[in-house]
Order: sequence, then structure tokens, then C-alpha cells
Amino acid sequence: MLSLPPVQKLLRQLPAGSAGQPKPPVGGDTAEEVTSPVLATEARQPACYSALRADELRPLAGPEPVVATSTGPLSRHDDLKEMLDSNKDSLKLEAMKRIVAMIARGKNASDLFPAVVKNVACKNIEVKKLVYVYLVRYAEEQQDLALLSISTFQRGLKDPNQLIRASALRVLSSIRVPIIVPIMMLAIKEAASDMSPYVRKTAAHAIPKLYSLDSDQKDQLIEVIEKLLADKTTLVAGSVVMAFEEVCPERIDLIHKNYRKLCNLLIDVEEWGQVVIINMLTRYARTQFLSPNQNQESLLEESTEKAFYGSEEEDAKDAKAEAASLAKRKPYVMDPDHRLLLRNTKPLLQSRNAAVVMAVAQLYFHLAPKAEVGVIAKALVRLLRSHSEVQYVVLQNVATMSIKRRGMFEPYLKSFYIRSTDPTQIKILKLEVLTNLANETNISTILREFQTYIRSMDKDFVAATIQAIGRCATNIGKVRDTCLNGLVQLLSNRDELVVAESVVVIKKLLQMQPAQHSEIIKHMAKLTDNIQVPMARASILWLIGEYCEHVPKIAPDVLRKMAKSFTNEEDIVKLQVINLAAKLYLTNSKQSKLLTQYVLNLAKYDQNYDIRDRARFIRQLIVPTEKSGALNKYAKKLFLAQKPAPILESSFKDRDHFQLGSLSHLLNAKAVGYQELPDWPDEAPDPSVRNVEVPEWTKCTSREKRKEKVEKPFYSDSEGESGPTESADSEPESVSEESGSSSSSSSSSSGSEEEEEEEEEEEGSGEQSEDKEEEEKRPKRKEKEGSRKAAPGSPSEEEEEEEEGVKKAKKKAAQQGRKGHAETSSEEASASESSSSGSDSGSEAEAKRKKAPPSSRAGPKEISLLDLDDFTPPPPQPIPSSSIVSTSLVTDLEGLTLTDTSLAPAMLSPAFSTVRTYELLHRMAGEGLSVEYCFSRRPFPGDPHMVAVQIQISNNTDAEVKSLRVSEPKPLSGMRIQEFPEIECLAPGDTASVVMGIDFCDSTQAANFQLCTHTRHFYVSIQPPVGELMAPVFMSENEFKKEQGKLTGMSEITEKLTLPEKCRSDHAIVQQVTLAANVGRVPCGADNEYRFAAKTVTSGSLVLITLERREGAAAQLTVNSEKMVIGTMLVKDIVQSLAQ
Amino acid sequence: MIHSLFLINCSGDIFLEKHWKSVVSQSVCDYFFEAQEKAIDVENVPPVISTPHHYLISIYRDKIFFVSVIQTEVPPLFVIEFLHRVADTFQDYFGECSETAIKDNVVIVYELLEEMLDNGFPLATESNILKELIKPPTILRSVVNSITGSSNVGDTLPTGQLSNIPWRRAGVKYTNNEAYFDVIEEIDAIIDKSDTKIFNLIFNSVEESDNFCVSVASVKKFHLPLCCYLQNPRLLDDVSFHPCIRFKRWESERVLSFIPPDGNFRLISYRVSSQNLVAIPVYVKHMISFKENSSSGRFDVTIGPKQNMGKTVEGVVMTVHMPKAVLNMNLTATQGSYTFDPVTKVLTWDVGKITPQKLPNLKGIVNLQSGAPKPEENPSLNIQFKIQQLAISGLKVNRLDMYGEKYKPFKGVKYITKAGKFQVRT
Repeated sequence: MLSLPPVQKLLRQLPAGSAGQPKPPVGGDTAEEVTSPVLATEARQPACYSALRADELRPLAGPEPVVATSTGPLSRHDDLKEMLDSNKDSLKLEAMKRIVAMIARGKNASDLFPAVVKNVACKNIEVKKLVYVYLVRYAEEQQDLALLSISTFQRGLKDPNQLIRASALRVLSSIRVPIIVPIMMLAIKEAASDMSPYVRKTAAHAIPKLYSLDSDQKDQLIEVIEKLLADKTTLVAGSVVMAFEEVCPERIDLIHKNYRKLCNLLIDVEEWGQVVIINMLTRYARTQFLSPNQNQESLLEESTEKAFYGSEEEDAKDAKAEAASLAKRKPYVMDPDHRLLLRNTKPLLQSRNAAVVMAVAQLYFHLAPKAEVGVIAKALVRLLRSHSEVQYVVLQNVATMSIKRRGMFEPYLKSFYIRSTDPTQIKILKLEVLTNLANETNISTILREFQTYIRSMDKDFVAATIQAIGRCATNIGKVRDTCLNGLVQLLSNRDELVVAESVVVIKKLLQMQPAQHSEIIKHMAKLTDNIQVPMARASILWLIGEYCEHVPKIAPDVLRKMAKSFTNEEDIVKLQVINLAAKLYLTNSKQSKLLTQYVLNLAKYDQNYDIRDRARFIRQLIVPTEKSGALNKYAKKLFLAQKPAPILESSFKDRDHFQLGSLSHLLNAKAVGYQELPDWPDEAPDPSVRNVEVPEWTKCTSREKRKEKVEKPFYSDSEGESGPTESADSEPESVSEESGSSSSSSSSSSGSEEEEEEEEEEEGSGEQSEDKEEEEKRPKRKEKEGSRKAAPGSPSEEEEEEEEGVKKAKKKAAQQGRKGHAETSSEEASASESSSSGSDSGSEAEAKRKKAPPSSRAGPKEISLLDLDDFTPPPPQPIPSSSIVSTSLVTDLEGLTLTDTSLAPAMLSPAFSTVRTYELLHRMAGEGLSVEYCFSRRPFPGDPHMVAVQIQISNNTDAEVKSLRVSEPKPLSGMRIQEFPEIECLAPGDTASVVMGIDFCDSTQAANFQLCTHTRHFYVSIQPPVGELMAPVFMSENEFKKEQGKLTGMSEITEKLTLPEKCRSDHAIVQQVTLAANVGRVPCGADNEYRFAAKTVTSGSLVLITLERREGAAAQLTVNSEKMVIGTMLVKDIVQSLAQ
Repeated sequence: MIHSLFLINCSGDIFLEKHWKSVVSQSVCDYFFEAQEKAIDVENVPPVISTPHHYLISIYRDKIFFVSVIQTEVPPLFVIEFLHRVADTFQDYFGECSETAIKDNVVIVYELLEEMLDNGFPLATESNILKELIKPPTILRSVVNSITGSSNVGDTLPTGQLSNIPWRRAGVKYTNNEAYFDVIEEIDAIIDKSDTKIFNLIFNSVEESDNFCVSVASVKKFHLPLCCYLQNPRLLDDVSFHPCIRFKRWESERVLSFIPPDGNFRLISYRVSSQNLVAIPVYVKHMISFKENSSSGRFDVTIGPKQNMGKTVEGVVMTVHMPKAVLNMNLTATQGSYTFDPVTKVLTWDVGKITPQKLPNLKGIVNLQSGAPKPEENPSLNIQFKIQQLAISGLKVNRLDMYGEKYKPFKGVKYITKAGKFQVRT
């Protein structure tokens, strides 16, 4: 490209096509553009963009390489495309920079999509980043092409580096292409259980993105949210609450279990998350706790002050409410959780982030007892020193608060004084606050301050000040006269706005008590000589007319004067003169009759038709004539009706029904997506819902705590107490206890007990933030501990309560807790009873299983048939009292020649006896020869890649069947069949059992072959269930997790299912799963999770199964496997098996 | 939350746009322009504007409007605070937050915005972390970049993001630990004249004097927990902290205990209320009068230091917004220089240092528009000053303890008192 021949340059400059669409250049150097099918869309490039020259962009893109300039004034897009297609990263980068600059300026760069998207897999991290920027911007417009990039992100999702995983998820979820919704869903689900909290945070961010793209995914997303809400890391908390607020704010029940945790973590959450969490918790608290002020209302309410603001109706209403609350008054005790919230948010008032301070302030305003709300004032006043936008928002909220809780801000009165340099909108808000704060004691200071403001150059502000004075005057009777006098003085102001505002305010004030103010009316009457502002003159005339009875002597005189100057007046004044005349005529016709007629006559010939109309109308109405209608009688009532005094009140009154600090509050209108702040409930909902009972795997314990627990003797507690905090699914415990008591103590640390131990520890864990390292180490350590010591007992409830950080609330909460525990424990007891009776055999089996390991070690040497080569070696760290005993191993052993009856136990026999047999050849079809097969699940001796199929041949004929053999196997490509040795002779009624090996190549395709006897050939086929294509693998929990981490994304398949009644016990689940597939159990820390692992026989790819039990019968099955087909089928099979 | 961001310059050009969700057309800014026109003054553009489908929340910083488009309910302060954080970051990166700086570094700006917000929700806002993700431009680097073709994206991935302490990178280690504290106190005050008489030479009532004191600790090169003891912490009426400070220790012992972030940051801001009467370090004698029915007025202002300080008052600048009727001013300054802008009617007098022996004075004639009525308000005087080596509240950093290291860290403390919003009414 650098050495573009001049001819080709010219070629490119040629106008291309009639529509101005550039055709692909003829030059050979652009061959790649032609060959690339992706580039077909190039032809659609809009012509207008070629108008922008490359050199225009140069300053934006920084120093340009020589290449770009050398191409000169070519069409910029070709130029960029070439750069993108080049092999040099620097060129690509340059091109991407210029494209991003275009995007930033709002220029359309969408026609470059094909050229850009190709670079998504670029190794250069900078280019990649910019390509991501581009993709996110334009993917929505070019959905088909955007799909090309998806696989790159999917790869990225599996990257070992958490940042790459996170950024892949970020971009993938930002591409708004509906077709990839399932992929996004998968990615989010997977990322939600990522080891890295940063990736989990990104997953939380992705949730609202997906939701906005496809709201049908809500249910699934809520599950992810639920999972993330349980996360213990501060990094995740804010983001997931954000997602919660956007996706399912109505699911307040999801918060219960996490409430205390959120409260405790709050201080460590990053500031943006704090805002979101606090706002959400405010709403939560409003639904869950009782109003702290319900009883003190009457005591603390500033009743005297209230009179100024509240209308009488409101007072009456309050009184009623008070009476009602008094009637059912009972001592109010704040819920300890309520207190916890208030206590934990208080320190955040010191945050440097104004949004956090505001969030806490609104929380206190809405939730705290009246006596405590005061603490927020200081912090809010501090915010007034911030940027003017911050001041604006804070002042709006202070204005609302100061109406309800005036006392709170009174000490800071001076902080609201106005500087001449403040922007007008700030000035007006400060004025509002000052007015709200005014009371008898500080009014003189405030009025003095107002006097300064009135002389301001900012006339809007002056007008607002006058209104403020008016409001002060209405609210505080003491200063009403002073204010009035001051306002009257303002009537002589030069500024029309000021005068008009003053007159309006005076008018309002006078309307409240006209009788006492005839003096002022008189004074204003005198002013008519001086005041020139028409609006003011008109207002004065209206006043005199309205209250002409209070100034009987002056009014006619004013009319006389006005009549004299009538022709020179402004229109609005003329109209008021007519009004005045009419009113005087009605009240004092003797003195004013002639004047009125004069005025009406003048008006009759006025130039303005409004005035002429008015004159005609009034004349007809008031002057009685023969023709005058019925209205004449009512003229006085019409004109001198009692006019209600306008109410001067703050525009911020009652704004607090919006959650403070919200956009809706600021706009005083409901914004989209605003969540109403609910009223306090009358009865507090059950507080025990917040008791955390289900242990979380992610919790971590400090070492000391664990020690403490571990040292407790395991058997010291009675059964009822030992598992108080466990949910009903704790059969393993009871089962193992039974068996443990009969077995030696050394063998008591079996897998199930260890599970329990872990669980206990987790319950005891505090709310410390997650420590990944420790988490990783833990299982190992635990295993050691498990082997060293007897399993721990469970902690007492009190301890738990302490650790939950509710010390102060201990007493009450403990009581509640106990209640809750009692319930669950009794439930559990009954459950375990029933299950233990139902599964006696199971418990025996447990015992057997425990005994099995030593023999499994010894096994290989004694039993020649057992080919251990196929087994994955045992876990790296040898565990003496091996806790990892896989059922399948037992099955293996059992299936061998072990004749010891104690080792052919009842529990295993179901597992084995129910090994399904399949018919290979029916008796009828086989002319008396029936053949059945089953998968013995033993490794095939000859070839470890073969599945052993045990074939049972029965001769139901009455003749001998000779030379039974397999012939002409027709395996599909790659499939191999190892025939069984020929059976020479099978006597009638006899049954022979042989083993053959088939390599199914990890597919469920049937293996076809012929079964031959000496007389016949039968075409038969063996189709393996997917679960038989694998062999169990032993691994530790850690290994399992590690491997699972690698097998995410597309290779993870998740399915939800409901466990049937009989399939809820541990061993039933294990049994059903192992029945469905030849897998080995992996120990698991959580008691509600079951893990299994296996490898496919042929290729040795890992298959990991996780079954997680949820509340009730719900469960979730996850299969991770590279072989997606196998995974999918396996899920189906297991679900089916469990459903039986 | 934040849907899109538009950067608009004073002449109303949209010079940068960024969308975090679907694309919002530029035409949404028309509502903003409308409000801007109505407001006349840039300061009076309402920060929150409601349009039929969106809400616009904007801030004005350094002659640029940052207009964000919001679609659903969100705490407005959240957005405002975030936008300011964005502006701060630009300032931090480019030295200034101007239109040219942004245009010159448009790619970096874009990358920054991409990192700072994910789906409209803040992701990484701490400059420590951002600087690791995206390197700030320097002259040297831009030269190197143009040669090697690399850019400002960090090659190594940061680790700090992944700690639970968002403001700090992981693995910071220095051989020499040095901590510098700048205690900068600002005095906010409105000084009123005692009565309404215009020819009042003595002002005596201090109506408000809020002292906002800001301590910017630039703790450079430090990786260990620090404990900072203040001499008289009870003075502080109200404080706000950088998130690194352990609140519990402050509550119980009034000790600032923290692991400092890397680089400059504001450690605490505090407020000393006017109850603790703090002496105002300067006084102003003024006489400004406009004669009725004449086209001139008198202007006479003297600034002097209060004697009890013992420190010199420097950097004194007085700005006065004169009434609109003022045409021109004919003044003589005994010290410093003055300018009067007849368009904006702003008088600026750069005084410099005040020496108590010879008080600076500005005196002269004010020319008014002929025929115009006499201005009824006297302008207020806004005064700036600076006093080195003095914290007017009496606050002192007493001691600095360091944990985990035997030697004493280098500790430097600098005190400055400045005028904040210091206004003298006349």
C-alpha cells in the first residue's frame, strides 16, 4: 500500500458509479477485499462520508504515520480499510484511532464495520480495545456481521486472566443483538459463579443489559441476582443491587436474607454502590419495620410551628391519626435490624461523595426517629460548599426537609445567607430555605438579610425576596405589620417587576385581614399620585374598590382623580377604574353616581374595544333601567363577593412524599422507573425472615473461629440441637451418626461428616470480606482437620447471633431465632426419622462404604481381574481415612468377584441390581435364543478406551446352540468392537455370560454387528446410554472446581428440575445419578451440593456434574463437559433418572 | 443509569458524544440549548432538565457543559458527582479540562469513559486504577508512540481493581516513605455593613464566617498504614473523609488512621463553625457612592491586615461586579494594578502583598451612564488572599506514626490559609 502506484491512485479518485457509490477498486492490491465475503456490504457505503477528508481528522488522531498522509486525498474509507487489512498493528491502531475519533464526534462510521470486525481477534491489546469500542457502538446496526465476533468473546470468557474474562463479558453483554441472548445468558450465569469477584461484578452489570434486550429472561436473571446477592464481596454488592433495582425492584423478599450482610458491608462498598444500596434499603426498611415516630408524634411534633404551615384540615387529620395511634399505643421498640441500618449508615455522612451523603440523609429523614434526624443537617450544610450543581440539588432537598423538620437546620441559618455571586437559581432556593426557617425568634435577622437582598441587581431574585417577605408576614403574625410597611415602601421602586410583585403580595396580605389595614389602603391611595407603573396603579385601584367600605371617604376621591386622568391611563388601569366606579356605585351611589356615569361615558368612546365592552357590560348590570334584567338585583353580590385570600405556601410543601434525593423529588413529578416509597406498615412483618440460616459456601472463617468450633466434641450435643440451623435436608448427618456410632472413631470422618463439619464452620463465619486465598486453602486444611479430630459439634445459637454482629439486639433476636430454630429442628428431626427408617439399608451402606476404601487400596493386587490402569490415580494428597469414596468405586469392587457378603451390601445392590439390562435379541426374534446386555461399568481389560458390555445369552430352545460368536462387525467410522470369545456350545436352558468391548468413540451411535450361531445370523445393535460412555474419576474438591472453572461458557449446561418426593435424600440422589451415568462422587463442602466426575472412555474428556439443591424440591443440575453433545444428553438422562 | 454523555462547548457545539446503551440522537440536546438560552447566564442553566423521553443532567466545568442523558429514575447527585469525577479525571490526565485538550486526546477520553462506566454504572473511577489501565499522555510518550505505534493503553493488566480497596493499587512498595501534608484552610465569610447608611466607614458585624478547612495530603510514596495525630481535633465541627480513613478510630480516638492511596488526594475536609470565632485576617474600608442626578460617583477602598496575625497577607485580589449603569472607572491604585472591563462591568484589582506600613488604596471616579437612574445597590467586594504558614483555625498535625517500619518517615506539613467565598457587602 505504501508503494501504491500513481495509476491506481488515480483510479481510486475516479468517481465511482452514478449513485456515487464507490465500486471496488480495480487494482490488484485489493484482492483481499474482493475475496472476503464479509466485505460485500461495502458497496452500501453512504456517499456523504467521503466528503470528510482524512486530513480533517488528523488533528484528532494525533501524529499520523507517513502512510496515511501518502495516500493523500483518497476516499477516507478505502484508506482506513486498507490500514485495517494490513498486517501491521501500528497501522491498524492508527486506523482504529481515527475511527474512534469519528465516533466520538458523532460521525457515522458504520460502513467500516466489516473491516473493523475482522480485527476483533487481534493480538494487540490496544487495537482490541478500540475494536471493542467500535463493536459496542455499531453492533446493533449490523447484527449479522456482529455475530462474527461472538466466538472471540466466548474464548475470552474462558481466559485464565480475570480481567480478560471480565472485559469479554462486558463487551459481549453490551452488544445489543437479540440473537445472542442465550449466549449472553449462559455467559452471565457462568460469570456469576466465577472465582474472581471482579468478574462477578461485571456479571452483575451485564444483568440489566440483558434484561433491557430481552425482558423474557427475567426469571432466569432473577436467579442470577439472587445468587449474586448472596455474594460476600464488597466489590459485587453495589453492582448487584443496581441490577436488582433495574430488573426486579418488587422482589423485596430477595433482600431478607442479605439484609444484615448488606448493612454490615456497606461501609466498605465503593461509593457508587453505597448510594444504590442505601436507597434500596430505605425502601426495604419502609416495608419491614414500624414507624419509629408513630407514638412520639404528639410529643415531638412542633405543634406550635405547625400551625403556621399546616392548614386546619391537616391538623384535624393529624389529630385523628394521633387519636388512633394513641388508642392502640403500645411501647415501641425499634427492631434491632432497623437500628443496625441506622447505625451502619451514619458514618457515611462523612463521605467525600455528595451522593452518598445525600443518600444517608434521605435515609435518616425517612427512617430515623425524629430525635435523631438532626445529625444529617451538618453534613448537608457541608455539601453547600461544593459545586453549584450539587448545591442546587442539596438545597432542593433541604427546602423540603426544612418544612417538616425546621429545628434541624435552624442552627445553620447563616449558612443559607446569599452571596451576590451565587447563581440566581441557587439564590432562590436559599431564599426558600430561609423562609422556611423563619420563626418568631429569628425573623428580625432574616428580615434584615432580606432587606439587603431587595436591593440586589438581580431582579428575579428581588421578586422572589418580596414573595418570601410576604410568606414570612403571613406565617408570623408579629412581623406582619413591619413587613407590610416595608412592602409598601417598595411600591415606590423604580423597577416594575418589584412594584408589581409588592402590590401582589400586599394585596394578598391585606386580603387576610382587611379591616385592620385601612391605614395602608389609605396610604396606597395616596401613592396613586406618584406611582407610574401601570400594574401597580391597577392593583391599588382594585384594592380600593374591593375594600371601599373600609375607606369610605377616600375612595370617591380617588375615583375623582382617576376620572380626571382617565384618558391618559394605560389599559389595565382603565379597566380597574371602571371596576372601581362600578363598586363605588353599588356601595355609595349617592357620592359616585355622576362620576361613574362620567367614567362609563369616557370608556364608551375609548379606542380599546375591551374597555368599551367592559363599559357596556357594567352599565347594563348596575344602572337600573326598565329593560335591565334579573341580574341587576344581584349586581352587588356579583361585584363585592367575598374573595378568598390566596394561600402563600412553599412550593416544596408535601414534596416529601417522593423519596428525597431522587430525580422525581427534584422534578416534583414521577420519573420513569421511580419506586414509590411505601408507607410504614401497621404491623411489622415477621422479622425472622432476616435470620440467616442457610450457610453460604462463600463465607469464610478466620482460623481462630474454626479452631474453636473444631474442638467441640462432636457427640456432646443431642441430636435435636446439633443441627438446629440446618435445613431439613440433613439426613446425611443423622445417617452418619447412626453409622458412626457403630463404627470406630477413626472411620467416622467420612465424607458426609466432613461435609457437615464444613457447613458448621461456615455457619459460624463472620461477615468478613472474602479472602480468596484462604478459601482455596480451606478444603485441604479441613480435610486434615477432619482426619485429626473428631468432627465438630454445632455452635449454639447465641454464638451465631453474636457473629452476625447483632450484639445489641441479641436478646430479642435470639428469641426469634430460637423460635425459628425450634421449628426447623423439629422438622428436621422428623424428616430424618422418616428417612432413616426408610433407608436403613442406606445407612448400612454408608458404613460399608467407609470400610471399602482400605480394601479398595488392597483390592488391585488380590483381584486380578481389576485393571487399575484405567483408573485415574487417586488424589495427589493421600488421605489416610479417605473421605473420597466414590460409589462407583464400590460398585466396581462389588461387581468383581468379591464374595464377601458384607461387601455386597444392600445399599449398593440397588445401585447395581438396578443396572439396566437391555435386550439385544428377543426370544421370538432369536428363535429361542435371547440375548441381553448390560453395561458392567468395569473397565474393559483389553483396551481402556472400550466400554465393557456384558452380554448374557440364554438358550431357550431345546437344542444346543453352537459356536456363538460375533461376526462382521460394521462399526461406524472409528468405532471398534472387541468380540467376545466364541462360545462353543450352549446347552438348552443354559445361560452364558460374556464380556465384549466396544469403543463408541464417545458417541451414542449404535454399534452394529452380527451375532452368529451355527445356523443363523442375527443383526443386532448396541446403543449405549450416554452415561455409560464414561468412567468415574476421582478428584478433590479443589481439582473439581479448577476443572469446572475451565469448562464454562458453552461447555456448561444448566438445567433446573424438581426433585420428586422420594428422591430428596442424599443417597437417593447419589443413587439415581450414578444409575444414570457411570460417574464418581466428588466430595463437596456444601451439604446441598453433589458433585460427580467422570471421563469419557474414548477421549478422556472430563465430565463434571454438579447437582445443587435449592429450597424445597427445586434443584439445579449443571454439567460441564467439553463434549457438548454428551453434556446435553447427560443432563437429560440424569433429570429423567431423578424424576423417576 | 447514565445513558449517554455529550460534551458541549460554550458556543453550543457538541464536540464529543459517548453512548453506553443504545444510541441517543444528538437532537436531545436541543432541550438543553433551549434551557441555556432561557437562562442567559451559564450558571443559571438548571442542572436537571426534563424532556418528554429523557432527563438531562448537566454540569458546567471549565467552559464545557457535560450533559448526560438519563432515562430512568436515578439520584441526581449521583450523576452530578460522577460527571464532576469525569471532569476531574480529564484534568488529572491532560492538565486541564478544556475543549482543546479533550479534542487532542479524543481516543484517551473515549477509553477513559469506557472504563469509568459500564452500562451507565460507574466501574472504575479512582485515578490510581485508571492510570494503570490507560496511561496518561506525556510529551515523551507521544513521541515514542508515534514512532513505535503503541498507544496509551496499559500493557500489563492492573491488579488494584481486584483488591477490595478500590483507591489503591496492589503491591505498591517504596524504599523511602515520604508523606507531605498540605493543610489548606479557606475562610468563607460575608461581612455586612452594620446599618443601611451608605456612608458608613466602619463595618463591625461579622454576619457569617464559616471556615472551611481543607486538608489535601499528598502522601507520595507510601505503602504503609499511617496514623496522623492532630493537635486539637475537637475544633473540627464537621468532617468528611477519603474512604481510606478508618472511621472507627476517628470516632473513638480522633486519630486519622489510613493506608494512603498512591499520589495526591484529599484526605479530609473539615469545617470549623462560626461559633469558634476565628479572626478575619483582613479588613476593608470602603466608600462607594453614586450621586443622585449626576453621571458620576465616588469609589474609595482600602484593604488592611488585622495586626494580630504576625504573618503577611499575600496574593490579595479584589473583584467587584459593578452595577450596569457604570460606564467607566477612573481610579488610581497606590499599590498593584486594576482593570475594569466595560462589557462585563467587572473591576479587578490585583493588590499583591499587603504591608501594614502602607495600606493599599484604590480611589477615583465612577462614570455613570448619563440619564440613567442612580444604582440602588452598592456592589459587594469579593476578596481573595493567602497567608502562608498559618492555619487560621489553629489546627496542627502533631505527629505521624507509621506501622511496620522502624525508621521515622519523612513528614512534611505545609499550612496555608486562603480566602474562600469572602465577600464584603457595602
